[in-house]
Amino acid sequence: MAMNIGIAALLPGEIVTITAIDRDGVDPVTAQRLHEMGFDEGVDVELLHRAPLGDPIAVRVGNMTVALRKSLAALIQVDAKA
Amino acid sequence: MTVQTVIASQVVAAPRMVALVGNPNAGKTSLFNALTGARQKVGNYPGVTVERKAGKLALPNGDSIDLIDLPGTYSLTPRSPDEQVTRDVVLGTAAHERQPDAIVVVIDATNLRNHLRFVLELRRLGLPMLVALNMVDLAERDGTQIDIAELSTILGLNVIPTVAVRRRGLSELGAALVPLLAVPAGSVTPPAADIRLLQREARSIAAAVTVQAGSARRWSQRLDALTLHPVAGPLLLAALLFLMFQGVFSLAETPMQALATLVSTLQVQVAALLPDGWLRSLLADGVLAGVGSVVVFLPQILILFFFILCLEQSGYMVRAAFLMDRLMARVGLNGRAFIPLISSFACAIPGIMATRTIDAPRDRLTTILIAPLMTCSARLPVYAIVIAAFIPATKVGGLFNLQGLVLFGLYAFGVIGALVAAWVLRRTVTKGATPTFLMEMPKYQWPQPRDIGIGLWQRAWAFLARAGTIILASTMALWALASWPGPPANADRSALEYSIAGKIGSVLEPIFRPIGFNKEIALALVPGMAAREVAVSALGTVYALQGTDADHAQGLVSKLRGTWSLPTALAFLAWYVFAPQCISTLAVTRRETNSWRWPAFMFGYLFGMAYVAAGLTYWLSRWALG
Repeated sequence: MAMNIGIAALLPGEIVTITAIDRDGVDPVTAQRLHEMGFDEGVDVELLHRAPLGDPIAVRVGNMTVALRKSLAALIQVDAKA
Repeated sequence: MTVQTVIASQVVAAPRMVALVGNPNAGKTSLFNALTGARQKVGNYPGVTVERKAGKLALPNGDSIDLIDLPGTYSLTPRSPDEQVTRDVVLGTAAHERQPDAIVVVIDATNLRNHLRFVLELRRLGLPMLVALNMVDLAERDGTQIDIAELSTILGLNVIPTVAVRRRGLSELGAALVPLLAVPAGSVTPPAADIRLLQREARSIAAAVTVQAGSARRWSQRLDALTLHPVAGPLLLAALLFLMFQGVFSLAETPMQALATLVSTLQVQVAALLPDGWLRSLLADGVLAGVGSVVVFLPQILILFFFILCLEQSGYMVRAAFLMDRLMARVGLNGRAFIPLISSFACAIPGIMATRTIDAPRDRLTTILIAPLMTCSARLPVYAIVIAAFIPATKVGGLFNLQGLVLFGLYAFGVIGALVAAWVLRRTVTKGATPTFLMEMPKYQWPQPRDIGIGLWQRAWAFLARAGTIILASTMALWALASWPGPPANADRSALEYSIAGKIGSVLEPIFRPIGFNKEIALALVPGMAAREVAVSALGTVYALQGTDADHAQGLVSKLRGTWSLPTALAFLAWYVFAPQCISTLAVTRRETNSWRWPAFMFGYLFGMAYVAAGLTYWLSRWALG
């Protein structure tokens, strides 16, 4: 069964597709910056690393590695196999 | 020069201007350095602390053009002052920069789809432009094959493959600029684009021109497994910082001594050449002593910047910020503040200059304001002499030296003070939402000697220019205050006490008496403004000591023992943890914040903290010692 979860909840190495980005959950400039970093619906992402205290996290999106805090990552929904 | 040649040179003046634009990490600055060499002019855009880098480039047709390196940005929607400058210049709305005649978009061949999005956004402006497809060697190494002719056809732009660090493609780039500059630039259409549409278009172009997709960045990912590891990562960071401090303090020792010797040799020369009088005193005791005491730190600053530049260019800096972000977030800062604050342990000046990497203005300001609380190396001489005089060199718990523990405690006190100050500032003066931590982690790269060399040269020059202007002026002013009026012929006290600085010290004394400072300390604080360690020589002057520096230190230790109480000595140490006693720091803050308001605020709040800390130390230790 497929369900939507935020990328912060992924397991390292899992490759999934972005289904939705909650652009209203954040200020417009940051929402735009998420897209500038390559996040978009339909793009594959992979969780790579968590910082020592679990936050922030590093994800691969396209050919880029992007570091972001979990609160922001929670806005990026992915289609995960439950 | 005759009139005719003046007119002629004005006609051919105003060379064409080309701007380099691109995402951060596209290798834009490397390309700029490779194209222009060390013949660069680095300045500031007026009103903002954004570096303006310009250089000359000779084209194959004999023309010389101006090349400017615009700050890296992901799009024309600005999020920081740097990105605003790039937008304004490209759109031709910048107040102090003419519109470029053409632009070169630098893109990373290993991250085509993201960088192409920016190309598409810029293409809508209608300016003459070409694409420098940089780092093609890295793409090839990854096994990626790009159909460059096809990319050029789809974009309708000339695409030149380059490898900036190996100087490949540079002459082709110059040759391609010639026809581009032959057509006059038309008017610019302001961009209005939905970023998601551009993203999709970029992705489909990237897919169409990628003949073979390689497995990207295997090396970077393997290294990250180590550098970002929850246990190994922080240990590696600690080891790198340890190495950095070892380097700063041990490698700098010899050149610093050489500079100090040079300064004192010059002082002797001046004394020998000039007759006794105010001019000799101004040059020897004012200019050479004052500027010399700051220039002596140049080796430390350069070594520190060498490490910072290596960390930045290798791509490690963002990883360090990633590791530290959670801790920094607790006091309202961002992971990027970590390295500037660490640098401030050597000297607050490079630390404050390094805050330029923090893109959020409030975070940057907070970091600048707390940087002086990191115990800089100039405070060591002051700590050393007071600790030597008052703290017994006994063992504590059979293991630690009490003097060493006190020194460590002073450093820790500063760090705690900085964290508390950041926490309070972020809730009051620099209150407000800040952008969250969201950063690209660039692939690892070897730092390039040419780029490091140019970066170091620019920083050394910036530091010396400051020492030659504002620090020179302020040390001369302090010298004047400490020298006039001269003592009467039958003076029974030190000359300093008769001067204006001495009068200021007398006025200050009642302010400092409640925190246990005597008149001599109040007097020494005034010339100590030039640089923190000058307070030591000022105390020497106040206690009217004669002889060389080495005798000074010995004499001063016993003199202090005889005249200061232990609570006074401890209060003096506590004062120095916070004291805003360095004009150079205030001057660099003025430059980096572009207003007098923030250095004034910094002075005020540090003074308040120093006063409270010294007062508490004085009264608590008096109470504890009975």
